Amino acid sequence: MIDRRSLLLRGAALGCSAAASPLITPVALASAPWDARLVVVILRGAMDGLDAIRPVGDPHYAELRPGLLAAAPGVPISDFWALHPALSRLVPLWEKGELAFAHAVSTPYRDKRSHFDGQDLLEAGTGFVPGAPRSRDGWLNRMLQVVPGMEAETAFAVGRDDMLLLTGDAQVANWAPEQRLTLTPQAERLLHRLYAGDPLFASSVREAIALTESLAASEGTDLDAEEMEEMSGMTSMSAGNHADLARFTADRLRRDTRVAAFSLTGWDTHNKQIGGIDKALTQLSDVIEVLQVGLGDIWGKTAVLAMTEFGRTARENGSGGTDHGTGGAMLMAGGAVRGGKAFGAWPGLSEGDLYDRRDLMPTGDVRAFAARAMEGLFGLDPTVLESAVFPGLDMAGTDRVIL
Amino acid sequence: MTFQPEIAAIRFGTGLGPTHRPPTSPEALLRPLAGPDDMAALHPIPRSAQIEAEVHAIRTLVRQKRDEPDREEELDRAMRARRDALRDLHSAMAAATFARAVDTADPFRERLVQFWQDHFTVLGMGGLGDYAVAPYIESAIRPHLQGRFADMLRAVIQHPLMLLYLDQNRSVGPNSVKARRGNQMNGMNENLARELLELHTLGVGAGYDQEDVRQLAELLAGLGGNLENGFRFFVDYGEPGPETVLGRSYGRRDPKLEDIHAVLEDLSVHPETARHMARKLAVHFVSDAPDPALVDHLATRWADTGGELMAVYQALLEHPSAQGAPLQKAKLPFGLMTSAFRALGLDGARLTALDANRVRRTLFRPLAAMGQPWQRPLGPDGWPEAAERWITPQGLAARITWAMDLTRKFEIELPDPRDFLTHALGTLASEETIFAAHAAETVEDGVALVICSPDFQRR
Repeated sequence: MIDRRSLLLRGAALGCSAAASPLITPVALASAPWDARLVVVILRGAMDGLDAIRPVGDPHYAELRPGLLAAAPGVPISDFWALHPALSRLVPLWEKGELAFAHAVSTPYRDKRSHFDGQDLLEAGTGFVPGAPRSRDGWLNRMLQVVPGMEAETAFAVGRDDMLLLTGDAQVANWAPEQRLTLTPQAERLLHRLYAGDPLFASSVREAIALTESLAASEGTDLDAEEMEEMSGMTSMSAGNHADLARFTADRLRRDTRVAAFSLTGWDTHNKQIGGIDKALTQLSDVIEVLQVGLGDIWGKTAVLAMTEFGRTARENGSGGTDHGTGGAMLMAGGAVRGGKAFGAWPGLSEGDLYDRRDLMPTGDVRAFAARAMEGLFGLDPTVLESAVFPGLDMAGTDRVIL
Repeated sequence: MTFQPEIAAIRFGTGLGPTHRPPTSPEALLRPLAGPDDMAALHPIPRSAQIEAEVHAIRTLVRQKRDEPDREEELDRAMRARRDALRDLHSAMAAATFARAVDTADPFRERLVQFWQDHFTVLGMGGLGDYAVAPYIESAIRPHLQGRFADMLRAVIQHPLMLLYLDQNRSVGPNSVKARRGNQMNGMNENLARELLELHTLGVGAGYDQEDVRQLAELLAGLGGNLENGFRFFVDYGEPGPETVLGRSYGRRDPKLEDIHAVLEDLSVHPETARHMARKLAVHFVSDAPDPALVDHLATRWADTGGELMAVYQALLEHPSAQGAPLQKAKLPFGLMTSAFRALGLDGARLTALDANRVRRTLFRPLAAMGQPWQRPLGPDGWPEAAERWITPQGLAARITWAMDLTRKFEIELPDPRDFLTHALGTLASEETIFAAHAAETVEDGVALVICSPDFQRR
């Protein structure tokens, strides 16, 4: 079983040890052109937005979701909205104004409902006309391309999976938190000597050793658990790869990194959704908590965007799940977010209101919210966002999402 | 520069090894390539037709289950067994691919298979498609290495996996019989047409425009099929012609597969295709920034022979700027792993004997950690070439970690690091690598350091 005390220690220690690390760059010397932080989390498998963030005030909602609602009653956050119980730990963030969501949103991808295409297009952010060229780079990389002054660690792809989102001409660092480079002193000495004549190898191995050491430093710190708990206000924190991704991301963001991205899986809940989405949403809650705690003061200038390739059917199916749909939800968390708000125009859930009489009708483009976030965090011009980053996007009519 | 056997074994082959003699001339690489495919016989991989039969069997069980609900349990069991067998086959096909590179005395063939499968990248997109990738390579790529480019192009463009991957299988001509019957489900899809011009033939930035893409898409409408029944040409989906692509007219009123063959023939020998492929071969085999004279030489040979691949390979192997040191490319993870196994004298049979779990642990996991998850590049443009994309902190850490752990993963009788130096690098070892092999604290570290050395990591 999970030893909660050690997890708390591990999680919180990262934030505390960073200040003591010789590797840290003082903020005044930071490498990026801005100080705000953006984390993009891709939820692979199509999150059921209607179960995660529930429109309980809609008169048709209960009849569409009888089994799911009865099995896991939600937590109301307004007259209209309730959170899935697995997101209940985020309610304090909502109340503090550090959690928001956009509902009935999607990319322009329609009808074929393939995970593979949907994720590619979500990350490419362009190429939605059928048969149009697939973009070879991702929108987050294109954003980096239009901003001068980027350095090696300004953007970080966290984890082993190669993300189209951050692929492209702009340089992006990459490391999987589970990766270590542990060498005997002699082997390390010999490696440095081997690589002395090849700068590509020399700089890569130096950085790999530094990353391993910084990870080791944050694991080895022994701090008082109660003190940590008090500091963080956390109520739970899970183990696993997802928490490691978030811890590592927080650690990087405390240093020179300004933009980071990683993926969470487990959202494709065709059967017995009650168990599946509970696990996935618990992991998402963990990730947001770990980022909040790990970032400390920096949380105030951070926005976390959690987005998925498409939503799921409005009606639950015969096997206690939901099938691939269209409109869905996007979560936003962080001190920089205009929180406590439900963005987007609610289309309603009567059969006539649904897309194709089966899916939540998308009324907003999920890319427009991402663009608003980048505009607000980094001061990027909407015309640049609508041309270079998301070609053809129209941001007009999409609210500001950053304070 | 003259032909250097050790360089050629690394640049054009799968590396040096204690039981393999480096090629002494371009002919020594080309002669076995022209002969029988020994590795396909030694480490067999099924052709697409066999996979289609498997897919058919599984889909039949699904249909039976629907029609005979009282047999559900029995049919479920049968389906699970079939799927498990496919999963085992998937691992076996991967292990065989590794084993071929390790064992081969015809190493240029394996390298060419890798080059062309990447040029014509397909992805399985999850599900049963994943099992169809290796058979696609076996059916559409491997038999066409020595022929004309046009023949490989035709085989690839008529393969159901390519048609599925690039959305061609459901593309319907706007004035086709199908569309006129009022079937509005699917429009025309330009994806394959665009990639065919941009990736497979002319190259990005070549002299074609959107209208060429559109006309080519109209011409291609009708190509279709699936993983269960293989390739088919659906006349009813075809757009009534003629269509004009790059200024040339193809077809008449009735859609015909021969008209598609005609455009593929013309594209395969287009001067911009010759140029694009010449550069791509030079970049892949020699340098991320190849000598323009080498590219010219290859393009000229392509044009002179109408894309006869053996003649083009000859041009590549004989050119002075493809023959000398230094080795400028970074090995891709697959090439690194196979060349290390080969240098260690590992028998390919050791790899094909691995069960699915061990294939996952000892082959798939390190590949993914190094940035090359098995048959999963990001898109139809395949794996990146530039050394900077592979020798990253993450990528290099994974390479070093793999090398250091290697001897624990396989029970290999380790050679003395000084002998290994000769097996792995011949006379190419630099002073630094020689020093490291001698100064290492243990045999394991010594062998690992040789594998980690830029001398060995580059090709």
